[in-house]
Amino acid sequence: MRKLFIAAVAALTLSAGAAQASGGAYVPELKDVNWSFEGFFGQYDQKQLRRGFQIYNEVCSACHSLRLVSYRNLSALGFTEDEIKEIAAEKSIRLPHGDAGALLNDDGEFFTREAKPSDKFVSPFPNDAAAIDANGALPPDLSLIAKARLGGPQYLYSFLTGYMEEVPEEVMHQKGFILNEDKNFNVYFPGYYTSMPPQIMDEMVEYEDGTEATAAQHAEDIVAFLNWAAEPELDERKSLGLKVMLFLLVLTAMLYALKRKIWADVKH
Amino acid sequence: MSSPEWNNPVVKWVDDRLPVFSLMHHSTAGYPTPRNLSYWWNFGSLALTVLIVMVVSGIFLVMSYTPHVDMAFDSVERIMRDVNYGWLIRYIHMNGASMFFIVVYVHIFRGLYYGSYKGPREILWILGVIIMLLMMGTAFMGYVLPWGQMSLWGATVITNLFSAFPIVGDFIVTLLWGGFSVDNPTLNRFFSLHYLLPFVLFAFVGLHLWALHAVKSNNPLGVEMKQPEDSIPFHPYFTIKDLFGMGLFFMFFLFFVFWAPNFFGEPDNYIPANPMVTPPHIVPEWYFLPFYAILRAITFDIFIIPAKLGGVLAMFSSIILLMVLPWLDRSKVKSCKFRPVYKWFFWILFLDCVFLGYLGKKPAEGSYIIMAQLATLYYFAHFLVILPLMSKIEKVVDLPESISAAVLKKSEDA
Amino acid sequence: MADTATNVENKTEDGESRRDFLLLATSAVGAAGVAGAIWPFVDSMNPAADVLALSTTEVDISQIEEGQSVTVVWRGKPVFVRHRNAEEIEQAAKDDSASLVDVQKDADRVQKPEWLILIGVCTHLGCVPLGQKPGDPRGDFGGWFCPCHGSHYDTSGRIRKGPAPLNLAVPPYEFLDDEHVKIG
Repeated sequence: MRKLFIAAVAALTLSAGAAQASGGAYVPELKDVNWSFEGFFGQYDQKQLRRGFQIYNEVCSACHSLRLVSYRNLSALGFTEDEIKEIAAEKSIRLPHGDAGALLNDDGEFFTREAKPSDKFVSPFPNDAAAIDANGALPPDLSLIAKARLGGPQYLYSFLTGYMEEVPEEVMHQKGFILNEDKNFNVYFPGYYTSMPPQIMDEMVEYEDGTEATAAQHAEDIVAFLNWAAEPELDERKSLGLKVMLFLLVLTAMLYALKRKIWADVKH
Repeated sequence: MSSPEWNNPVVKWVDDRLPVFSLMHHSTAGYPTPRNLSYWWNFGSLALTVLIVMVVSGIFLVMSYTPHVDMAFDSVERIMRDVNYGWLIRYIHMNGASMFFIVVYVHIFRGLYYGSYKGPREILWILGVIIMLLMMGTAFMGYVLPWGQMSLWGATVITNLFSAFPIVGDFIVTLLWGGFSVDNPTLNRFFSLHYLLPFVLFAFVGLHLWALHAVKSNNPLGVEMKQPEDSIPFHPYFTIKDLFGMGLFFMFFLFFVFWAPNFFGEPDNYIPANPMVTPPHIVPEWYFLPFYAILRAITFDIFIIPAKLGGVLAMFSSIILLMVLPWLDRSKVKSCKFRPVYKWFFWILFLDCVFLGYLGKKPAEGSYIIMAQLATLYYFAHFLVILPLMSKIEKVVDLPESISAAVLKKSEDA
Repeated sequence: MADTATNVENKTEDGESRRDFLLLATSAVGAAGVAGAIWPFVDSMNPAADVLALSTTEVDISQIEEGQSVTVVWRGKPVFVRHRNAEEIEQAAKDDSASLVDVQKDADRVQKPEWLILIGVCTHLGCVPLGQKPGDPRGDFGGWFCPCHGSHYDTSGRIRKGPAPLNLAVPPYEFLDDEHVKIG
């Protein structure tokens, strides 16, 4: 009896989880990538993170901010203090005023200073309005994108590699679907049309570590980097988790043994 | 009943003036507990454990949190990224909320199955329902604090509900908001109340335990303790059993904290709140889904009650109704063990609640609407129709003479 | 029946000592667990990563001329960076043998004699002494003067007159090169 009900509950919960919250719109299954950081023992691949950072720095950062990550966080990717100083110094931070209190300098521009390791990543645009003006739509900040989208890294990877020349049959025949020539079709994107044109292509970036620069490799690397940006604590979280769980296993076993001992002579 | 004689002179001196030690003894080594309690009775102590975990983790989070619309989201991210072990404390607090509801729902269903709400435990039960209401209020306000998209829009939807009340509706909503929409004043007062309510909760837990100690625990047989052989002292038997239960619980809880910290959450809440953009699907946290389903099920006017108000009333009454449960169920038999027919209805109610939860997550469209309406109807029918009916017509199995008789019989059969 | 009684007795004695050991061991493991669980909460109160990142301040001293003083912020406090001229250095060395409240040689308070770096907080009750800007009162000893209760500091930042008990503190610092100093 009990097993039947547990099975029923399990079935319901599983079906609830599998169903997409897209109101019935067709979405193909997300592409499956084996991430180094997924699973019980998952950890980031530092080399991959560096490649991913290279892509962010050379491609994505033109439009997308990463405002919750600090330059000093890059030490997790294996960069030295001096390398980080250099990376940060490439960007300028706008100052609210100069030393004498003027808002603008003699050239009529804002006062700036070089970014330091303690600064957060500098955004490509000074504010949202400027970003929309330059791009037509607001490119979202990427600091949390891996956690802010259903499907996480699988979704990001599918999205980046999911642009198609032609709209597939299943989508064409959906009730209410309208072709949109102005935007970019992406079968994974909710609503199918995104303002961002396809970005990932073969040999887009020449990797410093010499890894083969295929589009798929780029996509994997940038997504891994974005996951790190969203979950920099992952390595420590999972390894601490193992220690804690092992400890609890031992303690709980001892508590059980003690319970049995104490209850040994009690009829219940 | 009599206080123990304390040998240690310091202990005796303190106890004569403030009987803390006598109280501790009365609640543990000197407290009679039915010897046949099953593991379903662990969930009360688990609930208290989770409450303590939530308060401790919450206090440390507040050390780094800023309750202002411009800074709240970023202050939480600072906790996650810069504060030592901040990610751990945040994920403990976040998943602890889900654990709290899992534990309390099991605790409640245990009460329903074994008739723990029946006399002389009516007040104990009512205090429990009040605790659950306080939990729901606390959780609702807590979810607003990170100021993500779901925080803002969930708060907007739920606070807007109060406008359904005639005449005073709009006044209540404006009073709640402190403005003309969910904004900074709302966030600040939710922060204040979120910090306050758990301590009110503690007070009610105190009353809940006091009421429990007055009438003693129920047990799987639903037969009251009559003679000394029926019971064993709480300490050491149930202290160790509760500790073991906590070990298991922490393994379950921390699995989520370390490996699936966002399993119970909504991705949209990692997007900073934007009053100009509504998320495509506004969903509350999972533990509110059944009530959300009931709320949305009332899509039609009932006489002079407009649909919106009907939904609000249905949602609140689904919980308030529980308070009068002891008077709806008149059966003299407490435990479903001896109520072979009603037992089925218990499990159907359980499935109905799970189904309501499932429907709460679905968009309120198409066939989901009628399904939610039927599930809601059944929920109320269970308490208002089936239960009273059962009390009258059910044929119950013979109860054992006493707990010890049943236990003895069990060990002889083994 | 007698057998059962003896068995029970034996079990109790042996069982009890086994139970005691198990109780002790479990309590010890449990206590270790509690301590381990408490640590993250305590550590969360330690300076966070972003606070630590600001625990050092780099100062560009290339623009500070002789006789000039600059005030920078370090860990939320004012730090006086003074490019001393020959006179001030000479006076500071001479005053080594004067009657000092808090005895300290000037040479022990600087790494390079022309650069005097001090925490600009009066050691009496915490006000910020005057003397950084031209036109500020410098007190009777040519250094700094605290207006709150009248403490006078000399050209080495040592307390010479007034209620302050100690010399102005020297923060940890290092010269990264001739133009940059890292404080902290």
